Amino acid sequence: MQTTPSANRRRVRPRPVGAALLSLCLLTGCAGDSPSALNPGGAGATRISGLWWLLFWISVAVFVEVMALMTWALVFRRGAVRVRHSQPMRFVAVAGAGLPFVILVTVYGFGLHDLAALGKSPGRDAPTIEVIGHRWWWEVRYQGASGVTANELHIPVGERVRVRLRTDDVLHSFWVPQLMPKTDLIAGQERQTWLQAERAGSYRGQCAEYCGTQHAHMAFMVVAEPRADFDAWVGRLDAPARAPETDAERRGQQAFVQGTCAACHSIRGTDAQGKVGPDLSDVGSRWSIGAGAVPNDPGHLGGWIANSQTVKPGNYMPPQPVSADQLPELIAYLQSLK
Amino acid sequence: MSTTTGKPPGASQEELSRLEEHWGERPSLRAWFSTVDHKKIGRRYIVTAALFFLFAGISALLMRTQLATPESGILSPQEYNQLFTMHGTSMIFLFATPMFFGLGNFLVPLMIGSRDMAFPRLNAFGYWVFLFAGLFMWVSVPFGSAPSAGWFNYAPLTNLKFEPGLAIDVYNLGLLFLGISTTVGAINFIVTALKLRAPGMSLNRVPLFVWAIVATSFMVVFALPALNLDNLLLFLDRRFDTHFFDPSAGGNVLLWQHLFWIFGHPDVYIIVMPGLGIVSAVLPAFTRRGVVAYPLVVLAIVSISILSFGVWAHHMFATGLPQLSYSFFSAASTIITIPSGIQFFAWLSTMALGRLVIKVPLLFLIGFLVTFLIGGLTGAMFALTAFDQQVTDSYFVVAHFHYVLLGGAVFPMLAGLYYWLPKVTGRMYHEGLGRWAFWLVLAGMQLTFFPMHLYGLFGMPRRVYTYRGDLGWDAGNLIATIGAYVLATGLLLVLIGVVHAIRRGRPAPNDPWGGDTLEWTTASPPESYNFPVLPQVHSLHPTWDERTAESTGARASQDRILSEGRRTLFTSELDARYERAVEMAESSLIPLVLAFWLLIFFISMLFSWWLVAGVAAAAVVVTMGVWLWPSRRPAERAG
Repeated sequence: MQTTPSANRRRVRPRPVGAALLSLCLLTGCAGDSPSALNPGGAGATRISGLWWLLFWISVAVFVEVMALMTWALVFRRGAVRVRHSQPMRFVAVAGAGLPFVILVTVYGFGLHDLAALGKSPGRDAPTIEVIGHRWWWEVRYQGASGVTANELHIPVGERVRVRLRTDDVLHSFWVPQLMPKTDLIAGQERQTWLQAERAGSYRGQCAEYCGTQHAHMAFMVVAEPRADFDAWVGRLDAPARAPETDAERRGQQAFVQGTCAACHSIRGTDAQGKVGPDLSDVGSRWSIGAGAVPNDPGHLGGWIANSQTVKPGNYMPPQPVSADQLPELIAYLQSLK
Repeated sequence: MSTTTGKPPGASQEELSRLEEHWGERPSLRAWFSTVDHKKIGRRYIVTAALFFLFAGISALLMRTQLATPESGILSPQEYNQLFTMHGTSMIFLFATPMFFGLGNFLVPLMIGSRDMAFPRLNAFGYWVFLFAGLFMWVSVPFGSAPSAGWFNYAPLTNLKFEPGLAIDVYNLGLLFLGISTTVGAINFIVTALKLRAPGMSLNRVPLFVWAIVATSFMVVFALPALNLDNLLLFLDRRFDTHFFDPSAGGNVLLWQHLFWIFGHPDVYIIVMPGLGIVSAVLPAFTRRGVVAYPLVVLAIVSISILSFGVWAHHMFATGLPQLSYSFFSAASTIITIPSGIQFFAWLSTMALGRLVIKVPLLFLIGFLVTFLIGGLTGAMFALTAFDQQVTDSYFVVAHFHYVLLGGAVFPMLAGLYYWLPKVTGRMYHEGLGRWAFWLVLAGMQLTFFPMHLYGLFGMPRRVYTYRGDLGWDAGNLIATIGAYVLATGLLLVLIGVVHAIRRGRPAPNDPWGGDTLEWTTASPPESYNFPVLPQVHSLHPTWDERTAESTGARASQDRILSEGRRTLFTSELDARYERAVEMAESSLIPLVLAFWLLIFFISMLFSWWLVAGVAAAAVVVTMGVWLWPSRRPAERAG
């Protein structure tokens, strides 16, 4: 499992308008794997990417004009004679205020149009997801489902999904560059945004408001999938977690429920009902461990359980006193929870 | 043109020695601590601000080193977070504004033809407070308790619940302490520029740099109270259990942001405006003509200083305020671009219609034009709410404001440094060394910050101590780090250039550039009394006009020599008509003593030593009483 499921994400398609920037892009090694705002996957980000290219080309035009004037002066106006004090007020007023005014008012119009479009909230029947920010992970709940999950949002392709945003502690910001610009999570208040993906795939999101020590590792993944898959996913949230099948998994479950794990974490259908850390009922299928800190594989999971402070220093999970023979069983059990 | 070598004939030898007797200081330890000479205080501001620039710059280099490669472990997250907080806080509060205040301190009296600032002791006091407040904040670093919640210090991350310990109190108290210095400095500039201008320097003959400093000072006076209030409320929350920023008890966390940005956006212009003033001051000497469209540029300066108070919510476009209010703030933020456009085209026209003399200061001005233009273009983009929501708090905005602040403040500072170095030190700099420094600074700047636009658009948020290597952000980050080292090398060459000039530079003439403002009529470095004869100003370019030169010549009127005491002139606010001579304050240890008691007060507030704080507060009151006690000649005293 990769941290960025690039397999089902399309590469950046060169646009004729973006050719200039793309050459710079190549210089800096921009890959299709970037959660790039210029490679939009849904209605919100597509709008803004359009706005960006408009602003970009206007800026290029202004920059070229000014540089041409300056270069002309540098080439043709050398010398040391004091010159007559002519005062071309009209030129300064037109070039410095008049023209910019016309351009800015036009651009402001486009911007206002986009702002209004982004502000349209989805219909009353739209699927609703509740996202609660914690230091440093995301709690995710679906309207109509009892189960809770973390750091991963599933949405149906082509549909506008309402996202309600709350925070449990400090400010965070919900940002999926390829789908939708930022909305801050405000302590003591609720905010709303929406997501709409036009093509199936995974879209990386990340907290964009500084929230303390591990702000760097507070990522999440939005998975856009066909409606049927989405319904199945939400349905699974009502069912108990997958039961252990092998002996190792059974012993792992026992260790989980009877050990310190259950003090903070929940697994549906077991006695583990801790509410401090993320719910782990489907942890085996998650795209990463530690909200984007490391890939989700047995090795990293073991390292995380033993001492997550070496992986994500400052997070609230203390090192776990797990014996060497218990650890593989815990890993086997957690990996089986898909 | 300029009154070059030798004493000007306006004042007799006897008068000059009397002036020196009243204004000069014999070097001694006491004199060093008690001086109120605006030139010495200005130099101290510049050197101290440069020191904080060095600290903040080293912080930046450490951060760039950490970010050079993905998942690098050079810094711990806690260390990184402290470094970016101290980098931002120092660059903005301890470097940019004090550096300009230092330049203003040195230059404003010289440019307006005065012998000192309006309140010389207040001036000394402002410097000591700045020094103490800066040290107060930086001493926290070796103790590992430096603030780590960003220069913006948002609640509720800064509430006691999430940030126990002293770090946030260091920020709160440090900025409150520093605010005293900035406020008294601003008031001093305003009064100096309104009352102490040479006769004849009516408002339409005031140099653009002085306009910029005065507009900046007005912004400081109106913007700083919001920040002070913010810090006071947070301090009350943390120490006295109030709940201004505690949502669980009915407080509002967005209150912090509103108050912060009501200060914070004008502060962007507080930082950039003096830089733009330097551009207008340096350009005439190297284009051999005055800046085009002076009235429009003045209008632009004044309108920016007013408009800047109406755009703060564009820093909060992602907080989910009502759309209607966003559309207003978006419009205001769009419109504020226009005064900058006017200034920009005024400079361009000045270059196109002038005769360019390519020397290091002009090179830095060209660097400024290129860099600031890019910052301005991306700035106009941020005015559009929808676009802002996508790129705010990403590396795109880091790129944007470094183009604005390095472009709009640091490049002009460096232009000004090379331009005024001969005046300040009396020595010329090495042209070749200066050119090398320019090219390295320019290349380093672009290499460091241009890639940030790209990886910001590619989705990299700011204020992260590390990032994963599979997201396409690694190449850009590596380039940025290399650029940061190039930039640092360039700045090191600037420093070497200054040291070289002071040690080995050839002596500077009074007016090496053929500048147009009054400081070039003084000696290099200026005498303690600045002007043997205070000039009668006849035009916007006093050094270029014969009549102003004649006014300090042989038939200079006695009422502009004023050698009977430590005196300078009061003139009327608008037309600068001669009003009367005023006696200026002499050197004194009281400003230092008062600043010291304030330091004790803030230290004891930090550690909750209430008894000591009470004693210090009483000592502050007593010291102020001594300071303000009527002296022998109460009617004449001005400062």
